[in-house]
Order: sequence, then C-alpha cells, then structure tokens
Amino acid sequence: MLGTIWFILWGVLWAVYFVLDGYDLGMGTLAPFLAKNERDKRIMLNAAGPFWDGNEVWLLTAGGVTFAAFPGTYAVMFSGLYSALMLLLFSLILRGVSFEFRSKVESDSWRKLWDIGHFLGSFLPALLLGVAFANIFKGVPIDAHGVNQGGLFDLLNIYGLAGGLLFVIVFAQHGAIWLAVKTEGELHERALDTAKMLWLPLLVMAVMFLVMSAVYTKLYANFIASPALFAILAVAVLGLLAIRLFLGQKAPGKAFAASAATIVGVTLFGVTGLYPSLLPSSLNPDWSMTISNSASSPLTLEIMLGVALTFVPIVIAYQTWVHVKFSHKITDADLAEDEAY
Amino acid sequence: MDVLMLSRLQFAFATIVHFIFVPLTLGLSVLVAIMETKYVKTGDETYKRMAKFWGKLFLINFALGIVTGITLEFQFGTNWSRYSAYVGDVFGSLLAVEATVAFFLESTFIGVWVFGWEKLSPKMHATAIWLVAIASNVSAFWILQANAWMQHPVGYTLRGGRAELTDFFAVIGQDLGWSSFIHTVSGAYVLAGLFVMGVCCWHLLRGADSNFFKKSFSLASVFAMVAVLVVVVLGHLHGSEVAKYQPAKLAAMEAHWTTAKHVPQYLFAIPDPEGERNSLAILPIPGALSLLAYHDANAEVKGLKDFPAADRPPVSLTFYMFRLMVVLGFLFLALLAYAWFKRGAIEDNPKLMRLLIWAIPLPYVAVQAGWAVTEVGRQPWIVYGVMRTADAVSPIAVSQAATSLVAFFLVYLLLAGLDIFLLAKFARKGPDQAPATAGR
Repeated sequence: MLGTIWFILWGVLWAVYFVLDGYDLGMGTLAPFLAKNERDKRIMLNAAGPFWDGNEVWLLTAGGVTFAAFPGTYAVMFSGLYSALMLLLFSLILRGVSFEFRSKVESDSWRKLWDIGHFLGSFLPALLLGVAFANIFKGVPIDAHGVNQGGLFDLLNIYGLAGGLLFVIVFAQHGAIWLAVKTEGELHERALDTAKMLWLPLLVMAVMFLVMSAVYTKLYANFIASPALFAILAVAVLGLLAIRLFLGQKAPGKAFAASAATIVGVTLFGVTGLYPSLLPSSLNPDWSMTISNSASSPLTLEIMLGVALTFVPIVIAYQTWVHVKFSHKITDADLAEDEAY
Repeated sequence: MDVLMLSRLQFAFATIVHFIFVPLTLGLSVLVAIMETKYVKTGDETYKRMAKFWGKLFLINFALGIVTGITLEFQFGTNWSRYSAYVGDVFGSLLAVEATVAFFLESTFIGVWVFGWEKLSPKMHATAIWLVAIASNVSAFWILQANAWMQHPVGYTLRGGRAELTDFFAVIGQDLGWSSFIHTVSGAYVLAGLFVMGVCCWHLLRGADSNFFKKSFSLASVFAMVAVLVVVVLGHLHGSEVAKYQPAKLAAMEAHWTTAKHVPQYLFAIPDPEGERNSLAILPIPGALSLLAYHDANAEVKGLKDFPAADRPPVSLTFYMFRLMVVLGFLFLALLAYAWFKRGAIEDNPKLMRLLIWAIPLPYVAVQAGWAVTEVGRQPWIVYGVMRTADAVSPIAVSQAATSLVAFFLVYLLLAGLDIFLLAKFARKGPDQAPATAGR
C-alpha cells in the first residue's frame, strides 16, 4: 500500500516536472526560430526568468524520491542509463549557465555563444527525457544482476526516438503557449501562430506514439484490466483537443492549462501502464525493478510520506504564488531592469 | 585505470568544484540579507546598493552551485549504484528531504528576489532573500547529515542485504552531524566575509566610494570575526568526535603510528607511510594529542599500526591537508581579529588592505583541505565500518566512466574559469553610482 502511494507520487512528481520545466525547455528550443532580434531573445529569456530555477528542482526531487523511496530502481536506472543521464546533466548545466552568463558581458559573440548553449541545453534535455522515458516504458535489457546489457545507442530504437520527438514537440508547443501568455504585440502573435502550427504535428505524433505503445510496450495491459483507468488517457486526449480550441479563441492562459493537462495525462498514462514496475526488464519480467523488489523499508516510506505531504503542498502554494505574481507581460521596462537577463 | 578509480576521481573532482561555489553562496546570502534588512529598517540607500552589488556577485556563484549540485546527487546513482541500493533507505531519504524542504525554497525565491525589486514591497523583497539564505543553510544541514551518516552510521540495521532506517532522529540528531554542519557553515561565513573584505580593500586602495566599501567592510569583518571563533571551537569539538568515532582517521590526521598514552603533538613532522613511521618529528608538545582528542593528557590514542593495513586511510594526504587547514584557520583568526580591531579606520592601513586582498583565495584552500581530510580520511570505507568504497561502485564500463570524467574535467574547469572571470569583472566594476535623489 505504502509502496503504491509512493509509486503514484513518483509519477506525479515527474508529471509536475514536465509541466513546469517543459515550458522553459520548450521556449529555449524555439528561441532560435522565434526570436528575430535581440529584444525578442531577451523577452524569451525573461519570460522564463523567475521560474526556471524552481522548475528544475522538480527534476532533482523526482530523482531524490526515486533514491529515497525506490533505491533499488534508482541504482539500476541511473547506472543503466549512464551515458544518457550524463548527457542530460551536462545539457542542463549548459542551460543554467547560459541563462546566467549571457547578459553579463557586452559582446555579440559572447551572447551568440550562450544562445547556442541555451538552445542545446533546452533541446537536448527534452529529447533525452523523451528517449529515456520511452525506453523505460518499453523495457531496458537489464539482466538478473540489474546490469543494463544495452548501450547508449540501443536507446535510439524507433520507439525511443518517437518518444524523444514527442517530448520535443510537446515542450515546444507548451513553451510557445507560455510565451504567448507572457508577451504582447508582434511576438505574442508569432508565439500564438507557432503554437497553432505545432498543434497538428503534435496530434499526429501523439496518436503515433499511443499506437506504437500498443505494439512495443505492455502499457495497455493495466488499462484493459481496469478500463476505468482510460480516464487518464481521456485527460490527455481532451487536453490536446482543448489546446486547439483555446488557441483558436486566442486564450493562451486556458491553452496553457490544457497543454499542462495533456502533459500530465501522457505522463500518467505511461506511469500507470508501468505499474507495478518502475523499470521493466526487456529480457525477463522477473528481472524488472518493481515496487516490491526495490522499495525502501516501511519506516522510511512513512517518514518520507509525512515530509512529502507536508512540504509538497507548501511548495506548490508558493510556486503558484510566484507564477501569479510574475504573470505580467514582459515589457521594455522589465528588460531595462538591472537584474534582467 | 578501473571504473572504481575513475569514479572516485570524478566524484572528488565534481565535489571539489561544487564546493568552490557553495561556501560563498552560503555566506554571501546571509550578508546580503543583513544588508537589505538594514536598508528596509533605516531607509539608507547605501544598504540597498550594497545588497544589489554583493547580490550580483552572489548570483553569479549561486547558479553554478545549483547546476553542479544536481550532478552530485545523480552521481550516487550513475557511479555508485551499489552504494545507492545498499544504503538508499537511509541516505536517499536525507537527500530527498533536502530537495523538498530546502532546495525548492531557495531556487524559487532566488527568482523572486532577482526579478522582484520593482514588483514587491521592500519588506517582502527582503523576506525573499532571507528565505534564500535560510534555505541554503538548511540545505547544507541535510547534506551534511547525510555525509555524517557515511562517517558514522547510526539509527539503522542491516536487514535483507541492505541498511534500513530504524531511528530517523538518531540519524539527524547525532553530534558528529551537528558539529560538522556548524563547522562547515561557519567556515563558509569566514570565506564569504574575507571575500567581501578583500574586494572592499581593493576598491578602498583605489579611493573608490569609500562610504560604500567602509560600510561593507565593517559589516563583513564583524560577521567573519564571529564566524571564525565558531570555526575554531567547533573544529576542535568536531576533531574530538572524529577521535571517538573514526580512530583510524584521527591517527592518519596526526600521523600517529604506535598506540600509546600521553601522546605528544609534533609541531612539525613528515610521515613515511612505507616505513610505518615518521621520517621526521620535531618540537613535541607533551600530551597535547591525548588532550585535544580526549580532553585528558594521559589518554591512550590508538596508532595506525593497530589497524589492519587494509583499513587505513592514505596517511600523507590526510595528514598534510589537516595541517594545512589548521594553520590557515589560526591565520584567519589572527588576521580577522586584527582587521576587526582596525575596522573603523581600515583605509589608514594600506598594508593590511593589501594583505586582505591576497587573503581572498586562502579560505578556499582551507575548506578544500578540510573536505580532503573528511573524505580521504574515511577511506577505505564509503560508509565507515559498514561498506568499502571498492564495493560501492556501479557495474558500468570503463569507457563510460572515462568519457564522463574527461567531460567533467573540461566542463567544470571551464565553469570555474568563467566563475572567477565574471566574479573578478563585476567585483572590480564596483557598485552602480548612487542615484541623485537620496532616500526611498
């Protein structure tokens, strides 16, 4: 029971991480294509300004919770996906310092350097997270000793790549919508148009991914066993349709909520399908990392649950406050501030 | 090289670079919070400019502390997966609590502070930096409790092939963890204090904005003076806890080979690990080691030769790093006491000012030396007496570990270089000029 609660929390933490970091990773991916001049670039950076750091901590917490609640899975997953994870970490380092360093030196080539860094540091995490999660859904060739028999390039199978592409498009769409929320004038229009343009590729990719999931994974087994769970998938599908509806109404705030619902729905679809595995073995189901063979002791799970149920709502409360407090449109006055990126 | 050695090098390197950024963050956040509080209380614009100027230096450093910290957490899984699976029940939960309780708070409110100068009331804005400062220090608490558990595991039992938690409050309440926390954090305050004092002296020697830098100097010197006293007292207490819990580490710190009573401390010694002796040991203070370690000049101190060779830490590195840390600690005590005494008329003491500029890198050396003692002195154990470092490493390929080590080396060297470049650039540039209209 405790293990199942933690499994759900584990899935929720990843979903929240994707919703939050998704939009700033998406904006970073779109920046080279959407920003026409220095002012556009700076608006895009400052639209993520007060948030990206706090957003990224959800990744750390999702990782930390894997460590604390499912140390066995943490050990096998993180060592098994060694190279992909290292790439993810270096990309995120690149993104973080690009934010901080870009405006610190008055030089075009300096800025250009960090623009490239910011793009790579946003695009690569989106891609890598998608590839990694698709492979987790599909199963990784871990042996009886928890050693991954595959290498980095084994992750780049057709389903893994589809997952990567899906994440890149979802995040780009999510980022374009956030940018529309945070801007006015010409850039706002361009952001809305981009979001609309990305919608069809997203729909195609999402449908393809769901179909491919039936072929390459066992994710649907739990849904077929308990059809009520299809409600989770319905959230994703309805969210996806609502994005288009709200974009048509030029209501980016609502579209953002719909996009968030889509991301949560897709993530929880995968996580629900995995249950009770956290990392299935593609070689032998007995070698999968599951709740029962990788969870912490009941005492640790209880203490951690107390901490999580106390502090995660507090975190959500103050992060919501920050998003509301800084929900204004970025203007030249914001860019003129000494501290602005 | 094998995966074990590569992973050790990688973790050591990643930690060393991480801890270039962290201590300045820990100390400077508190200093900036004090400055901004003074601004809110007095309405004196100088304090606002101080908070902004030192805050900018703080921010450059903060971002690097964050990104290098994330990689450390993930390395437990990537490179030390057997360790993670074996002790995750205890150790992992401490890291997860750190993220939930502290890391969220500091990372969220740093954004509020940076972007909120015009959007929040002065009081709310000052609250934001206090939240960052408190959260950074609370974060250090959890990390150091986790480290203390590796030094002296408590509150657990070995069950089902792993360490399981039995008493959470024993884990976070142990004296070694608390003394390590206070010693580390106060050391960080000394580092930040000396950093601010050094930068102030650089500007004062050039006759720039003397009111601004004199005020900053005075504040930092009081802050660092208090901190250095705590460092020394807690350093001593921490040392006697090490003697109690990690006798092999203590013996290595002192290059003490043969178990004896009434053990002297040699002011100068050269250890010879091959010969299991010191090739030189002069100027003994009779009974000093017994006294310092056990508060009894006649106490018995176990020597390295009474530990199996396989259970001894590397002696020379532990010994020299300990000496280096202690010497620097007392140097800071003297320097800070003198500077504190002269703080009212610092601009009349050019020699002291020059000395303080050159002192900026020294606390960095001291904190790294301290960590080298703690971590190298724990070897060959990853969890003292419970798990050996050699048994903890991940089943990964040499090529993976080697590639990431090279990448770490290049990327982190670049980051450290950029950090120093930007800190120097903005420290030299000085604060923005005071606005024409005074007051709020």
